[in-house]
Amino acid sequence: MTDAKTTDARRSDGTLPNAVSTRSHVIASHLDLDTPEKPYLDSNELILNMGPQHPATHGVLRVILKLDGEKVLGTECVIGYLHRGVEKIAENRTYTMFNPYVDRMDYVAAISNGLGYCQAVEKLLNVEAPPRANYIRVILTELNRISSHLLWLGTHALDIGAMTPLFYTFRDREEILKIFEKYCGARLTTHAFRIGGLQYETYPGFEKDVKNFLTFVPSKIDDYEALLTGNRIWIERTKNVGVISGEDCIALGVTGPVLRASGVKWDLRKAQPYANYSDFDFEIPTGENGDTFDRYIVRMLEMRQSLRIIEQAVNGIPEGPIMAKVPKVIKPPVGEIYHSIEAPKGELGYFIVSDGSTQPYRVRVRPPSFVNLQALDLMVRGMLVADVVAVIGTIDIVLGEVDR
Amino acid sequence: MLNQFMSYLGSTVPPGNAGNQLWALIYVLIIFAGVSGAVLCMNWIERKLLAHFQIRLGPMRVGPHGLLQPFADGLKLLLKEDIIPAGADKFAFWVAPVIGLVAAFTVYSVIPFGPSQAVTDMNIGILFMLGVSSLGALAIVTAGWASNSHYPLMGALRSSAQLVSYEVAMGMAVVSAILMTSFNTKGTGTLSMIGIVEAQYEQRVWFLFKFFPLGLLAFVVFAIAMVAETNRAPFDLPEAESELTAGFHTEYSGLRWSFFMLAEYAAMMAVSSIAVTLWMGGWMRPFPNLLQGPGWDFLFSLFPALTFAGLAALTTFGAARMPTHLYFRIQRIGLAAFGAVLGFVALLLLVIAIAGRANAANLAGRFDVGLGHVYWFLLKVAIFMYLFIWYRATWPRYRFDQLMAVGWKVMLPVSLGVLIVTAIVGVILA
Repeated sequence: MTDAKTTDARRSDGTLPNAVSTRSHVIASHLDLDTPEKPYLDSNELILNMGPQHPATHGVLRVILKLDGEKVLGTECVIGYLHRGVEKIAENRTYTMFNPYVDRMDYVAAISNGLGYCQAVEKLLNVEAPPRANYIRVILTELNRISSHLLWLGTHALDIGAMTPLFYTFRDREEILKIFEKYCGARLTTHAFRIGGLQYETYPGFEKDVKNFLTFVPSKIDDYEALLTGNRIWIERTKNVGVISGEDCIALGVTGPVLRASGVKWDLRKAQPYANYSDFDFEIPTGENGDTFDRYIVRMLEMRQSLRIIEQAVNGIPEGPIMAKVPKVIKPPVGEIYHSIEAPKGELGYFIVSDGSTQPYRVRVRPPSFVNLQALDLMVRGMLVADVVAVIGTIDIVLGEVDR
Repeated sequence: MLNQFMSYLGSTVPPGNAGNQLWALIYVLIIFAGVSGAVLCMNWIERKLLAHFQIRLGPMRVGPHGLLQPFADGLKLLLKEDIIPAGADKFAFWVAPVIGLVAAFTVYSVIPFGPSQAVTDMNIGILFMLGVSSLGALAIVTAGWASNSHYPLMGALRSSAQLVSYEVAMGMAVVSAILMTSFNTKGTGTLSMIGIVEAQYEQRVWFLFKFFPLGLLAFVVFAIAMVAETNRAPFDLPEAESELTAGFHTEYSGLRWSFFMLAEYAAMMAVSSIAVTLWMGGWMRPFPNLLQGPGWDFLFSLFPALTFAGLAALTTFGAARMPTHLYFRIQRIGLAAFGAVLGFVALLLLVIAIAGRANAANLAGRFDVGLGHVYWFLLKVAIFMYLFIWYRATWPRYRFDQLMAVGWKVMLPVSLGVLIVTAIVGVILA
């Protein structure tokens, strides 16, 4: 393809970044520049625009692929199609008013976003949520982690061509969303937590619903494993696909299941316990090869570990208040804070600068999807087009969070 | 005329030898209409079955249980704007779906629905069939190239790669079945589709079970290759939705798109017919050699009527189960009417079966024999169609290079080995 096709991939200074940066040596290898006559068969590489409207880019991600046949020579992610300026909005809202906005970033794990934000502001205010609130927060956050992983599993399997698990995982996710709906009235963007604790007490029967879920879901996870884990095609499509080493993950700032599948035992719930995760007994599943299959296994095991945490939490909810003593008007002292939690997709960090007014001076979000997406190019170089789709699925991005 | 037509259906003269061009033409029309109708049914059945695999209901709005959905779909496709992309090669873009459709339908000219229920009986029937059915890939390549777009182009490239990796193994599997036809007293085999089925009758065994497990292995190779040949999941690479949006038919819409769909389903039924003919005894009912005699004949001739009666009962049950709300009342009437039609067909078939058994030589008798052949043939094909849908609901998609690896490194050696061992075993036993 000629340059005319790639102009939209140019950066503002006119250079062709990343995907097209390998261009010069590819031209040198494919076209013999010394001989003037064109080769009989045109063997130029192909620039393929995947997205922003594409069934497998999980929203409005645009990936520009440079291909040699089906082989990927380089990629370039074009993001920003879902940019809503969430961080800028924060500067014009009070701390309380901004709380619902964070749900709209990673909308499939809205509760994790809310937890991170509320805890960051609590740290800034130097208050601590009461234990009962923390227990309920943990239960809801872990339920949300399972629902996020279930959605990932369904869409990832769909990307690889197995369409049926999607419907099964959505059926089970529905049970979690029902609990959320009963708890706070919303299913997706829940706004479940408040700065200082919770607004709502649990509804009657909350514990029973959660325990029902705990008894019903492990067998379903077994079902998915039966459908996929031993499936020859699934193994062939995921083993040694999108391999990334632990060092590369750390160098790129990749966190979450992607990092753990590469053998690095790093989970903020253990490394820097927040809420009351230190009360619970659970393990951090890790992989060895850092390929798509390991990431799949890690997430499946994580769901089971989350179930363990929920079981311990729901059996040990203490009595007591659900709200700490927080002033009506939240006016943190001048200062800055960085607080990060282990969201389903990785480290979700909030950096908040306070100038002492009712509105944050600056909120910077460290979204796991955005950072993890950087690894895409490294993971798919030299693989095939079908692997790009599998790798986008396995990184588990949510474009709302990538673009913010 | 009806008399003549029915006598043709039940005739014992092979159609190719009948020398009656008019009847051949009418037969072509029947097959064309029948296959198109079957594709419509398949559309509904596939959507319903997939939905039930996936804990959904599937189409429920257009007609009772969505029974009119295929017609609504067809109407929608007819009325859609026909778009040819500006940069497309107009002629190639126009001709590609026609190639696909013609290739898929031409195959039916040699498919024997019964010993005399075929348009023609070529002495190279199976060869013709393999040749024409692989023309379908030409349609995909043409469509992908003509669209002047990247996704279709990649779909087309994948399709051609897929074809070369599977056609060889498929051919070897077919050859081992043809080889089996020659293990008879005369020592000569046949390529005729009718001849292959008759050879299975003479040797008193479906080739599926011949020299167990050799026949089974060849059949399995063919059964995998035929899924690849028709571009169905898990080998639906040319139209892999999550990778290439819609693959080779990304730029197609409306009627042209529906031609591709029609060709795809027609090809699925065609390759299933090959499998049935080569390995599963074609039109023969189960155990034609063991369970002989008028009693058994009568019992088996009841099957078509029983099938339709079962469907009618199912429909009636469904109608009875419908809620009494006004919205459902109309649907209920529709479903009951559909059930009544099925019941009437069942009754008609029952009458034919009874009348035919009273005197096998009369019109009803001959018609009944022909009907039985077509029934058993279609039933076996239906099993394969169900498998196609089952695969689609169950398995992830193979990757381009893995598919070729399976084709060249697993299936070709297996089919070659089966062919050689079959030859050796056949010679030793003969």
